[in-house]
Amino acid sequence: MNNLTKDQGNPVAFSKSLTNFFETIAGLSLFSMRFFKDVFLPPYEIGEIKKHMDELGIKTMPIVTVTGFIIGLVLAMQSQPIMKKFGAESFLPGMVALSVVRELGPVLTALIFAGRVSSGIGAELGSMRVTEQIDAMEVSAVNPYKYLVVTRILACTFIMPILTLYVDFLAILGGFIAIALSEGSSFQLYINAVFRSLEFTDLIPGIAKTLVFGFIVGSVGAYKGYNTDGGTVGVGRASTSAVVMSSLLILLTDMVLVRITVWLWPA
Amino acid sequence: MAGVMVEVKNLSKAFGSHVVLDDISFNINENENFVVFGRSGTGKSVLLKCIVGLLVPDKGDIIVHGKSVINLSLEEMNEVRKKMGFLFQGSALYDSMTVRENLEFPLIRNFNFSASEREAKVKDVLEKVGLLQAIDKKPSELSGGMKKRVALARTIITQPELILYDEPTTGLDPITTKEISQLIVELQKDLNVTSIVVTHDLICAKIVADRAIVLRDGKICYEGDITGLETADDLFLKNFFSGELVEADSGEK
Repeated sequence: MNNLTKDQGNPVAFSKSLTNFFETIAGLSLFSMRFFKDVFLPPYEIGEIKKHMDELGIKTMPIVTVTGFIIGLVLAMQSQPIMKKFGAESFLPGMVALSVVRELGPVLTALIFAGRVSSGIGAELGSMRVTEQIDAMEVSAVNPYKYLVVTRILACTFIMPILTLYVDFLAILGGFIAIALSEGSSFQLYINAVFRSLEFTDLIPGIAKTLVFGFIVGSVGAYKGYNTDGGTVGVGRASTSAVVMSSLLILLTDMVLVRITVWLWPA
Repeated sequence: MAGVMVEVKNLSKAFGSHVVLDDISFNINENENFVVFGRSGTGKSVLLKCIVGLLVPDKGDIIVHGKSVINLSLEEMNEVRKKMGFLFQGSALYDSMTVRENLEFPLIRNFNFSASEREAKVKDVLEKVGLLQAIDKKPSELSGGMKKRVALARTIITQPELILYDEPTTGLDPITTKEISQLIVELQKDLNVTSIVVTHDLICAKIVADRAIVLRDGKICYEGDITGLETADDLFLKNFFSGELVEADSGEK
């Protein structure tokens, strides 16, 4: 984006930036489409998928724990005075729960996951590319896309809903702490209010979205890493641009998915 | 008389306007140690990558064991690759895996060996390269020479018919260079493989080469045995093999 703005004065550089942008979009689309072809081909590398899920889960757990809890806490603290003003304090638990489950939980978890995991995948595959490890797999008659990319995309796609449910739980807990500290409300009362306002259909759109977000994080990180060139500088570039691109795509996709989920599962 | 293992016919490869290989042709016989010499950037590694299918040539043909490897599907190319080994310049060991896992990697995915058969094969090749004690180490715990040996073990574990060595002694001290070079010769004798060794290391070439070509400006400027190279009259070859700049191409000293 910066390049586009910077290059606006120079038509040649601007057109080059624009070409690069569309090349990246086309490259990413083709790269991601290959996933749907290779995912059904044996061997299925279940062990690798499990290993990546473990690693990604452990890597992201501390930061999502803190973020999830604080989001719920802050949301309740910020909303409480306004709700009080309108005499709608009893709706506070439901408001926290709905906001977290339908939107904040999935999107924030995805953004944190993108920052932590997409860059990691970009750097890992990028360094494998520049040290010829990916070429070594290819000449060993092993499909590196299948072994390195498909396993990581699947791991990201499967782990995202689990992390999101965990963040949702912590955020709702954070909301309770905020209300309990100011009002002294009981946990039982809070949970009852939460479950009264939440329905199972509220959970589905949030979780469905996270599958898409997980796929984006995995495929963007892998795309950037797999196509790294330019040595160690290229690895750094792949890592950074993976975070930027996946975060941007998560937010853009969310706009579309919100429309679809509201249409499919109206609140 | 030994048959031909690799035929390279009128091969050309350019990157943009930079022509790296310009219409080169040569044959490599079975069980031969064939050395490709040349200064850095003369397309030696590009030649190897074309043979193994990592790069697609712009023109010409490469025939391995009587079968053209140009324009093969990925599945067909992988069948050819199963009969080849490739030793990378930087070893290219998978750094997230131990030595054992590195060696087992192609066996698990391309062959149906049982766990005990794989274990025996891993130990056998590590013994051949003298590194059995490093079986559970990670590549980061190994020296440059040890990495080359492990990479060599990974290359031979699938019992290839053709091994491609990309600068096998680059960055190694002269003693390790000799050890690795002798290992290449011993393996060739033990396993009856054909070897293509890309190098600019004279020590390695003298130990390994049955026959050699020299690449210059994308073309072959010498083809023959290694002793002929050392006594050649060509000024470029004299400079290259003396290691001193006797007289530059322009005629300046």
